[in-house]
Amino acid sequence: MVATTRTRAVLSGTTVPGIPPYVRLLFDKVREQWAVLAPEKVMWPDEISIEILKKCDGAASIDAISNALASEYDAPLAEVAADVLEFLQEWSDRRLIVVLGPAEAQA
Amino acid sequence: MTHDILPPLGILAELTHRCPLQCGYCSNPLELLKANRELETDVWLDVFRQAARMGVLQVHLSGGEPTLRQDLEQIVATLAENGVYTNLITAAVSLSQERLKDLKSAGLDHIQISFQGARPETTEKIGHYRNAHAKKIEVAKAARQLGLPVTINAPIHRLNIAEVPEFVQLALDLDADRLEIANVQYYGWAELNKAALLPGREDVDRQVEYVTGIREQLTGILNIDFVPPDYYADYPKPCMGGWAKDAFVITPDGMMLPCHAAQSIKTLAFSSVRDMPLEKIWRESDAFNAYRGTDWMNPRCKACPRRDIDFGGCRCQALALTGDATETDPTCIKSPYHDRISEIPFTDTVQKRIIGGAKQKAPAEQA
Ligand code: SF4
Ligand code: SF4
Repeated sequence: MVATTRTRAVLSGTTVPGIPPYVRLLFDKVREQWAVLAPEKVMWPDEISIEILKKCDGAASIDAISNALASEYDAPLAEVAADVLEFLQEWSDRRLIVVLGPAEAQA
Repeated sequence: MTHDILPPLGILAELTHRCPLQCGYCSNPLELLKANRELETDVWLDVFRQAARMGVLQVHLSGGEPTLRQDLEQIVATLAENGVYTNLITAAVSLSQERLKDLKSAGLDHIQISFQGARPETTEKIGHYRNAHAKKIEVAKAARQLGLPVTINAPIHRLNIAEVPEFVQLALDLDADRLEIANVQYYGWAELNKAALLPGREDVDRQVEYVTGIREQLTGILNIDFVPPDYYADYPKPCMGGWAKDAFVITPDGMMLPCHAAQSIKTLAFSSVRDMPLEKIWRESDAFNAYRGTDWMNPRCKACPRRDIDFGGCRCQALALTGDATETDPTCIKSPYHDRISEIPFTDTVQKRIIGGAKQKAPAEQA
């Protein structure tokens, strides 16, 4: 068994996600494609993932992000919200995004 | 069938072979380069500017011990100015807190600190450096205080494989973001010391089971990257993500290589960044094109559905164990030489890594 005070963040609609300083979102001019740079990793998320990440500005909640995307893409909010939450939970589990706002229940 | 040559994504820059530690598992070549062979500052800076223009997004500053280069701040600053993500790979015993602060201000993105053991006595014994463990802990804490993300690198072999659970605790205690449990790859000094370093099969199985469980348990708490020991795997690892596919190595004296052990393939001629633009070496040099893509492959690999996953494995290992660099990597169960993997005799003596070379030749060279 290991001992730690750290806990896994469980995200919800009211969570405010942010990009930590060691993760960089950039448009790569050579490949004309968005890239995410992280410790010892380069990732090429698809267009919609990039749109989600761009909206993680440390101010907007996940609900606000989903709302904005649903209207931009003219898509049903419930579906968008579920996809956004799932995506951000996965990125949080890989410590690629951090939770900046209301501390939610932790598992 | 021809293949597109894509721009490179990453560089492993071996800034120096000098190192205050003398680890027997080091992957540096047996003939370590002295300081007077190292590239001058302006050559490195020019190399990194060229690399950024080619599309390189990440540079791993390694060695030897990269912090022994007095120009490291300048190198980091130049990379940062050109939008390149910088990763410092250090043993940390020679890194002062002031320098760490300077590196951070220069734009350093991430630091990877190697721990030879999870216990102080193991770290000291393997690296042959007094008080190394405490020094490393100090640097890791200072880095976290500066807000730098930290990876703890645990190079695993027979002498520390029992400490794997303690490495996990160490990473958590140090507030690391990542832990890399990397089973040693047997190149250079590690190849020379293979008989003393290769872990036993049961220890490896126990480790794999433990890591699989703890990784799951610590999801969202600690990122654990696991490099399993390829000697006991069924299939080889894709070395460097494929020969000349998206990354390359530069040695302290400026040789540009498709992988850090590539110079063991004596039939290939390598080029120096002193003599040619990086772009030209990347696209045109025979060494880079020799095993790029799938054209060069032996029929076994060429017909195999895994050929785009592992690219036939490691060319250097294929050569070392079969005498033919185009053979299937013998760590693959499909290789007719797969038996040779288990034929390594065990010994207890580890040769310290020292500038000036090894006392005896590596087993592969004697044969
Ligand atoms: S493996 Fe050990 S000796 Fe080799 S460069 Fe790293 S710290 Fe130095
Ligand atoms: S035969 Fe070649 S391509 Fe297939 S798994 Fe083995 S090494 Fe990889």
